Amino acid sequence: MTPRQRRWIFLVAGGGFLAFYLWGLIGLPGFGNYPGPYGDIINAIAVPQTHATGVVSAVNFEYRAFDTLGEEFILFIAATGVATVLRHLREERDTSAVDEAKNRDVPATSDAIAMVTLAFIGPTIVVGWYLASHAQTSPSGGFQGGIVLATAFVLVYLAGQFIVFKRLSPIALTDAIEAIGAGSFAAVGIAALALGAAYLTNILPLGSTPGAVNSAGTIALISFFVGVEVAAAFILIIGELLEQTLIVREGDR
Amino acid sequence: MSIFPFVVVAWVCAVGLYGIITSRHLVHQIVCLIVVQSSTYILLLGVGYKTGAVAPYFYDIPLNTPAVDPVVQALALTDVVVEAAVTALLLAFAVQAHKRFGTLDPEELRQFQG
Repeated sequence: MTPRQRRWIFLVAGGGFLAFYLWGLIGLPGFGNYPGPYGDIINAIAVPQTHATGVVSAVNFEYRAFDTLGEEFILFIAATGVATVLRHLREERDTSAVDEAKNRDVPATSDAIAMVTLAFIGPTIVVGWYLASHAQTSPSGGFQGGIVLATAFVLVYLAGQFIVFKRLSPIALTDAIEAIGAGSFAAVGIAALALGAAYLTNILPLGSTPGAVNSAGTIALISFFVGVEVAAAFILIIGELLEQTLIVREGDR
Repeated sequence: MSIFPFVVVAWVCAVGLYGIITSRHLVHQIVCLIVVQSSTYILLLGVGYKTGAVAPYFYDIPLNTPAVDPVVQALALTDVVVEAAVTALLLAFAVQAHKRFGTLDPEELRQFQG
């Protein structure tokens, strides 16, 4: 099929899709007229029931916790998949830019970039930790916090320290931390089973004040474990992709 | 104008799809897939919106304040995570395709089998 034919098929199919889509919109409530009832019910009962003032977190880590468990394992499997797809092939080996071009100097990272990125590492870790541990109170949670924590490691790389990046996140250790984060989430559910409750029931004390950091029982705990897993998974994925720049195939020179 | 956000959804989705079918570079194609998926965020947040309502966080507002649907917001979060996972895997495949065939043009890649 030529690109021209493909574009025509797209135009015809797109026109048909648009017609059916607009037709479908006619029967729906318009934007801003949310018909309910699920969202309204959850908004009304979540705070008294879970003591979490962040209702989105309550939905993610309590009402739909089983779904979030699957979501977390999607990320876990993606990290495994990236590592598998990018494994070293037989004819590949590691090298470094210095070995490849002995007669040329490796351009150093500018001091300005190194200064700014190194200065941001501390605050980034603090913000990531805050997000991962405050899912129950404010708009945050393990997924967001984990990404920010992983960013701190990328900043090390941006500062021109790939060696330090690799030393800070050895693959075996990051693998283990990722597995512990993912496994602990599943274990919180199994602990509920051991106590005779349903899987992922909120078995911890809810705390007296809704919105306090130590409130909401397993919501805070699960969010924290998710943060650990997400941070480790993204450090692994980013590390694998960055490492590709160091690989040289035997026949390439 | 009450269907305007949903028309935006269709537009973003169509633009992304057009990018995918006309793309001459695998990484560009992956970015177009991200654009297609972005339309689902607008759709999810659009169906849960209530005029004049606040975000579903009751830390410093009374419990009976009208708030938007938290369920679709949680779904949007799931959506983002799945997109990140899919993007990472596809980029890894693109790296391998470039290593093996020396090109990232889908038209040229079609000549290689297996």
